Amino acid sequence: MAKFSEAQLAEFNRLVARYPEGKQKSALLPVLHLAQDSFDGWLSAETMDYVAELLNITPIEVYEVATFYSMYNTKPVGKYMFEVCQTGPCMLRGSDDIIAYIEKTLGIKPGETTPDGLFTLKTVECLGACGYAPMMQLGKHYREHLTKEKVDAIIDECRKSAGVLN
Amino acid sequence: MSVKLLLAKAHVEGIRGFDVYRREGGYQSVEKALKQMNPESIVEEVKKSGLRGRGGAGFPAGMKWSFIAKPEGVPRHLVCNADESEPGTFKDRYLMEFIPHLLIEGLIVSSFALGSNDTYIYIRGEYAWIVDILEEAINEAKANGFLGKNILGTGFDCEIHVQRGAGAYICGEETALIESLEGKRGNPRIKPPFPAIQGVWQRPTVVNNVETLAAVVPIINMGGEEYAKIGVGRSTGTKLISACGNINKPGVYEIDMTISVEEFIYSDEYCGGIANGKKLKACIPGGSSVPILPANLLLKTAKGETRYMNYESLSDGGFATGSMMGSGGFIVLDEDQCIVRNTLSLARFYRHESCGQCSPCREGTGWMEKILHNIEYGKGKISDIDLLWDIQRKIEGNTICPLGDAAAWPVAAAIRHFRDEFEWHVNNPLEAQEKNYGLAHYADPIHVPVTA
Repeated sequence: MAKFSEAQLAEFNRLVARYPEGKQKSALLPVLHLAQDSFDGWLSAETMDYVAELLNITPIEVYEVATFYSMYNTKPVGKYMFEVCQTGPCMLRGSDDIIAYIEKTLGIKPGETTPDGLFTLKTVECLGACGYAPMMQLGKHYREHLTKEKVDAIIDECRKSAGVLN
Repeated sequence: MSVKLLLAKAHVEGIRGFDVYRREGGYQSVEKALKQMNPESIVEEVKKSGLRGRGGAGFPAGMKWSFIAKPEGVPRHLVCNADESEPGTFKDRYLMEFIPHLLIEGLIVSSFALGSNDTYIYIRGEYAWIVDILEEAINEAKANGFLGKNILGTGFDCEIHVQRGAGAYICGEETALIESLEGKRGNPRIKPPFPAIQGVWQRPTVVNNVETLAAVVPIINMGGEEYAKIGVGRSTGTKLISACGNINKPGVYEIDMTISVEEFIYSDEYCGGIANGKKLKACIPGGSSVPILPANLLLKTAKGETRYMNYESLSDGGFATGSMMGSGGFIVLDEDQCIVRNTLSLARFYRHESCGQCSPCREGTGWMEKILHNIEYGKGKISDIDLLWDIQRKIEGNTICPLGDAAAWPVAAAIRHFRDEFEWHVNNPLEAQEKNYGLAHYADPIHVPVTA
């Protein structure tokens, strides 16, 4: 089973130290982000149990949180996750067309991953980029003012960085 | 030109860093507050300023501060609500991204006023890169003696911690935010007790929006009375408006709340008019939760008076013919937009974001989405429109937190003002798949009855 590295454990300790003595459970959300980033972009039952053990709380306290918040993936995801906003303001600027274009280009529906494990498409609700719509989140950053050409370029960029395309 | 108190320096090169920010006059309010004022006098200035909460509810900030309990030996906390998630709203992101030290400065002064030695910024998880920007600003402030132990030799200690959320609109509600900060699901708490008495870890807590806390800086610098002179009536100071939708210049604008809605939409200083030469059909002026208004009720009130960009004027006429300032998320719809589709999109949002704690909201938001989906896709009945109205009535006011109201209002307003567009969808199911109802009569001047 995967465990945090020394560096990850140091980050874990930094997160826990922000809260009062005995309130280490407060670090749960940031620690789940750390775990997800450290272990292939998703939270397995083993990972959640490990987090519970580290924070000295029961596993159910971790499961109930992991399943409540939309950013935690409780199933495996592709190396690159396109999280495309579909809420009102983005819809007014053509997000439906962008989603349809990604579906067609990658051959997957929202919630699915390409067979090569590279891409997951996820439709999400408002990410606070309404003035720069349509948009998607890719990793830590936003990609805004999307067009079909930009989507193509992003897909190429991901393939290149994964070493699939030279 | 509107007065700018928050974003005046936002585009000075290098303002994100401490040195430039300081050179431009930054952190003077901390020196003034900690050295020349005491916590009570700071609260007094904020009360005098008339500052209202900028997150959406518009509750007077100074009054909220004065409620905080001060039991002996119990730590108190200030929590900054940076969980900006209301569709149409992206102003806090802008402020934190471009001028992060303004928020940190406001937080230090506010922490001193409230007696918070450990202050938390709860930021929505998706704003991951902004966490780095804020932590960098905190580290710089600390290295320069504005945070940490014994700030400026005054004996006041303060640390600011940034906590990331993980994707949940509901965590913008202050008690859900507190639950989340404690490492739990974001289920709002039953009030009372209010956070000012029992907040995070059962300790007295004040939760304020990013923009509210940033506004404390100019209030301390210029004095509450001077701040209150800007704006009009109970809409004092400046407000950040994030404008989006079918306009030429989407973006974040700081206004002093004296300009008209028409000027805001059509002036090149702000939205720059409707995109692609189209006509204005409707607008949601304060974030997706507030009532949508057709063009004719947006630009003028039902009394035929000019409508202004402030708390009072936007709500003139109540929900029957008015809307709300809300969070300042200004969403513009052009003549090609379909009100049914837009309402469906927002209904889906609220169904997705309902925490599931209260039945009217958990069940009602799902029903509203399904019925709207049927109408949008040509399977609706005329009775569905009345059913939608009935459901939203049964959600509003019947839930622990305001998410229920927030889900009900957009549906109610859409039916109230655009009922004939809904009926057209139901009566013309095939045609409605091919084209939109269009502008119809929604921009026509409204007949104002002359009363003796």
